[in-house]
Amino acid sequence: MRIAYFPGCTLNTTAKGFDNALRASFAALGAELVELPEWNCCGATFPLLVDNMLDLAAPTRVLLAAQEQGDRLAVACTMCYNVIRRTNNRLRADADALEKLNYFIEAEYRGGVEVLDVLQILRDDVGFEAVQAAVKQPLTGLKVAAYYGCMVLRPPAEVAYDDPENPHALDDLLRALGAEPVEWPHKAECCGAYLAVKSKEATAEMSYRILSSAQRTGAQAVVTNCPLCQFNLDRQQLDMGRRHGGYQPVPVLYFSQLLGVALGLDMADFGWERHYVDVRPLLESLG
Amino acid sequence: MRVKLSAMRVRNELVRRIEELSGQDLLACYQCGKCSAGCPAAFAMDLLPSQVIRLVQLGLVEEVLNAKTPWFCAACQTCYARCPKGVDLSRIMEAIREIALQERGDYLVIEEIPAEELAEFPQLAFISGFRKYTA
Ligand code: SF4
Ligand code: SF4
Repeated sequence: MRIAYFPGCTLNTTAKGFDNALRASFAALGAELVELPEWNCCGATFPLLVDNMLDLAAPTRVLLAAQEQGDRLAVACTMCYNVIRRTNNRLRADADALEKLNYFIEAEYRGGVEVLDVLQILRDDVGFEAVQAAVKQPLTGLKVAAYYGCMVLRPPAEVAYDDPENPHALDDLLRALGAEPVEWPHKAECCGAYLAVKSKEATAEMSYRILSSAQRTGAQAVVTNCPLCQFNLDRQQLDMGRRHGGYQPVPVLYFSQLLGVALGLDMADFGWERHYVDVRPLLESLG
Repeated sequence: MRVKLSAMRVRNELVRRIEELSGQDLLACYQCGKCSAGCPAAFAMDLLPSQVIRLVQLGLVEEVLNAKTPWFCAACQTCYARCPKGVDLSRIMEAIREIALQERGDYLVIEEIPAEELAEFPQLAFISGFRKYTA
């Protein structure tokens, strides 16, 4: 299987490890992610004002680039996924908006592209059973908290491919890798997202609530699919001990990194050095 | 809080702009409070999300423009996903931010971001931050 792929700005830079591990894992599973030959930033957040057409132009251009490659687009960054998928929904439902946008970008996007999150493709196209069969180094005994954040769940009618209040696609994947996902109540709670650029204390508290909830279940790692969640949850731990005495840091990983590890791939370029909380002790404990 | 209401005040121009920008029917909200109960940022807000919509229903937009709440809304959509009346409060928050940004200027100024954060933060944090916090 080959599928057009939009990495987005963050996976191309600070979250390169997410991207490298994902592409290698997909390739090992017989599914090739083919990067769009040309792409631009999607804008990172879906415009919530009804008349904000301007901010739909960037994601529409991404859809246009995808249309040239076929009828499906795989997106890894969950923020990109949310923006591009919601834009596509709007363009499909609103002929007037589609016409305006096409006029604006001087092209003809026809609304035919299906926007898919990579985890959804792993579940529905590759299949978790096939993933399980390809595992070379099972993550036996590893207790993990699967964390979904907001962007693949809300608004449910527009973006969710899973139960929006109790999602389990990521749990199921981790189980297929041999790990032990824990039950916990914060898997769909917001990390604070862009509040981090302005309101440090609020983001620190939001991260703490999520991380301490995961730790109460005995999870040894939090596993996410969102580069902003990963960053917030990971970096906030630098001084979490100062606010919350006795706090013990927990690594925050991308699911693609653990997938690559379980598939026995060369993980030299999985971006471990970019993590704030050291992941290596955990990796070594896996052998 | 004691407020004097009049038809003119309840339907004032700012109320209509919020309705127009957000595309939401403000009167659909029946104040059940579910949005506030589930809002992950409520602890940092001075007005609860349901109070924001109540004040706008009463035409008291200035109170909302002066509040911290719209700036602490992370657009997580939990309120919208759970609202029994289908009110998209995240759009109302965005409309309020928009009016505040146009009237009072940007909330986030690039020069005020520490250099180490500029170097470390992922792109999507800044791009979404500037989308939400600047006009
Ligand atoms: S959940 Fe909906 S109806 Fe209930 S208070 Fe919030 S906005 Fe109003
Ligand atoms: S979208 Fe904003 S107001 Fe609604 S639950 Fe999330 S942070 Fe709270």
